Amino acid sequence: MVPLSYYLLLSGILFVCGVLGFLIKRNIITIFMSIELMLNGVNLSFVAFAAHWHALSGQVFVFFVMVVAAAEAAVGLAIIIAVYRTRETLNVDQVNLLKL
Amino acid sequence: MTPNPYLWLVPILPLAGAAINGFFGRRSSKKAISTIALVFSGAAFAMALFLAASFSSASAPYYFDLAHWIRSGSFQVDFSFYLDQLSLVMLLVVTGVGFLIHIYSVGYMWDDDGYYRFMSYLNLFMFFMLTLVLAKNYLVMFIGWEGVGLASYLLIGFWFTKDSAAAAGKKAFIVNRIGDFGFLIALFLMIKHFGSLDFTHVFAAVQSLPTETAGAGLLTAIGLLLMVGAAGKSAQIPLYVWLPDAMEGPTPVSALIHAATMVTAGVYMVARSSVIFERAPMAMMVVAIIGTLTALFAATIGIAQTDIKKVLAYSTVSQLGYMFMACGVGAFSAGIFHLMTHAFFKGLLFLAAGSVIHGIGGEQDMRKMGGLRVYMPWTFATMGIATLAIAGIPPLAGFWSKDEILWKAFNASWVYWLIGVVTAFITSFYMFRLMYMTFGGEYRGVVAQDAHGHDAHGHDDHSHGHGHGEPHESPWVMLGPLVVLAVLSVFGGWVAGYNNRFEHFLAPVFQGTSDVAQEASPEAGKSTLEYLLMVVSVGVAGLGWLLAYLLYSRRPQLPARIAASLGGLYRAVANKYYIDELYAVLFVKPLIDGSTTILWHGVDQGVIDAAVNDSADAARHVSDTTRHMQSGNLRSYAGWIAAGGAVVIAYMVWMGVR
Repeated sequence: MVPLSYYLLLSGILFVCGVLGFLIKRNIITIFMSIELMLNGVNLSFVAFAAHWHALSGQVFVFFVMVVAAAEAAVGLAIIIAVYRTRETLNVDQVNLLKL
Repeated sequence: MTPNPYLWLVPILPLAGAAINGFFGRRSSKKAISTIALVFSGAAFAMALFLAASFSSASAPYYFDLAHWIRSGSFQVDFSFYLDQLSLVMLLVVTGVGFLIHIYSVGYMWDDDGYYRFMSYLNLFMFFMLTLVLAKNYLVMFIGWEGVGLASYLLIGFWFTKDSAAAAGKKAFIVNRIGDFGFLIALFLMIKHFGSLDFTHVFAAVQSLPTETAGAGLLTAIGLLLMVGAAGKSAQIPLYVWLPDAMEGPTPVSALIHAATMVTAGVYMVARSSVIFERAPMAMMVVAIIGTLTALFAATIGIAQTDIKKVLAYSTVSQLGYMFMACGVGAFSAGIFHLMTHAFFKGLLFLAAGSVIHGIGGEQDMRKMGGLRVYMPWTFATMGIATLAIAGIPPLAGFWSKDEILWKAFNASWVYWLIGVVTAFITSFYMFRLMYMTFGGEYRGVVAQDAHGHDAHGHDDHSHGHGHGEPHESPWVMLGPLVVLAVLSVFGGWVAGYNNRFEHFLAPVFQGTSDVAQEASPEAGKSTLEYLLMVVSVGVAGLGWLLAYLLYSRRPQLPARIAASLGGLYRAVANKYYIDELYAVLFVKPLIDGSTTILWHGVDQGVIDAAVNDSADAARHVSDTTRHMQSGNLRSYAGWIAAGGAVVIAYMVWMGVR
């Protein structure tokens, strides 16, 4: 059996990868994918704990997260398309109309 | 002490008139305004007569407590009124002369745009003046005192579009404020040491104190501070400067407020406080000296004035000096007697001067008058009577009161008497000078061809509906009051002064003062000495008349030559001894400079404004630096969130380890 710490380590690596991608990348779609990566990193730690403690609530929580992520993807992609139609770019540094 | 529920009605009636005219006068007809103003001031006069008819020395003084006002521990001040012989005299003078001047104003002010305003102010003045004379304690008196100051300010600046009138109003108000400061401190001293402001309580407390013969004590301090207040209100040295400027107001105002009633409030206040002054000989002496000096000083300025109202203004200051001289030597009843006769003849002089100004279209310069006896015989006759009265020619009113004062002054010190007689001579001279310049000789004014020619160079902003070809007599609504006052000027002194009737009437008020004690020696007053002094004062009055006749009727070109030969002295007198300029250099300019540099630039701009502006600047600087967090850049927001999250986790881990 794989020890819990391995799962958690992988989960942490995934999450940090997501954060770094979010901070570094300029393309909105890539940023969106980084968010998914962070969510899935967290999901991994949830299921790992659920298996470790033999508790179902962690698994259930992951379903909720996946539902929210799916909804978010639907809304997010729609926004991205709208942004692209008006701005003709997906570079976040140029989507800055709220700036001072 | 008898309660009398009618007392409070006297002041409240004119207040009602003032309120009605003030609130609704703008839309009312002039007839309605006149009716209201005259009915309410006349009703006050009727009330005063009713009170006088039912007045008896057995039941006097009357009092009436209208309402509680201040109650703090054992200290209490109520809205209460008080009527004794002294306030009865003042009451009759104020309502009587006031009513006559209301009638006169109907004619004089009829064509003015601010007619309703004027009538409302006049009624308001009556209310405050009656509050002043009917007060039972010093604080209610102070309400009236400040109120007449307000009414005076409003009426001096009545033609407020004229800069000089607005400035004169301000000057009167500010100079009076200096006097009021002294009055207030005196009140504070009374509260501290006697625990009351009620006349009866204060005087009872004072009577238990010894006379301050050696050195100055509490009573001397109170007396001097009260005198500061009186000097402000009654235009005595050094605070007299506002009164001549107050002539910017309409002439009925000059007659009512600045001659007959308000300016005598200081004399009334000193007489009312006679108990205090009696026990403070030093304060008495200061009162006498100030009065004597003012009488002489103002009279000399009066010689060289060419504005008819300015002559009368300085004459008023001088006559008020006489009244203070009388109070200062302990002859309070003589001072009040002169106050009464002065109200008659000086009110008459001002109203007659107003009639002259009205008749020749707003001209006030006597050099442009002359020969008016032909055009306005009634004005000439009544003003002539008033002049004889003020000069002290027997048996007119001024003779009785002035002679009484001079006799009492002589008993105190011959110096007062001498200065008083010299002043009487000057008074007679400048009054007859005024008469000859105004009514004698030929008319020197320009007879205008066009309708409004005169108004262009008139001092008074008094415009007429009709043109001015020739000087003309005033309407009867103005002459009526002149005639009534002339009758009073002729008989008022004799009726009251004969056999010292007036003094005996007032005796209960001034009981225990040295004046009464002196009088107690049986008719010692009517000695040969008194008759001799009487002859002297009548003699100098005649001499003044003669001199004025010689200079201004027989040889009208002579005064100019005398003036030229006197040179600097004449210029100093004509320019009022440069007192206004002196005050400007000594007080006004340092005050303005100090206020500008220290208070305005230093405190207001340097401290208060600076504190507000600097805190705003600091807030802006902080915001300027922190607003860069809100860059609008998505990734920088994400960075802040990540950094924040990292800090929170680090904190939790660190705390968890501990």
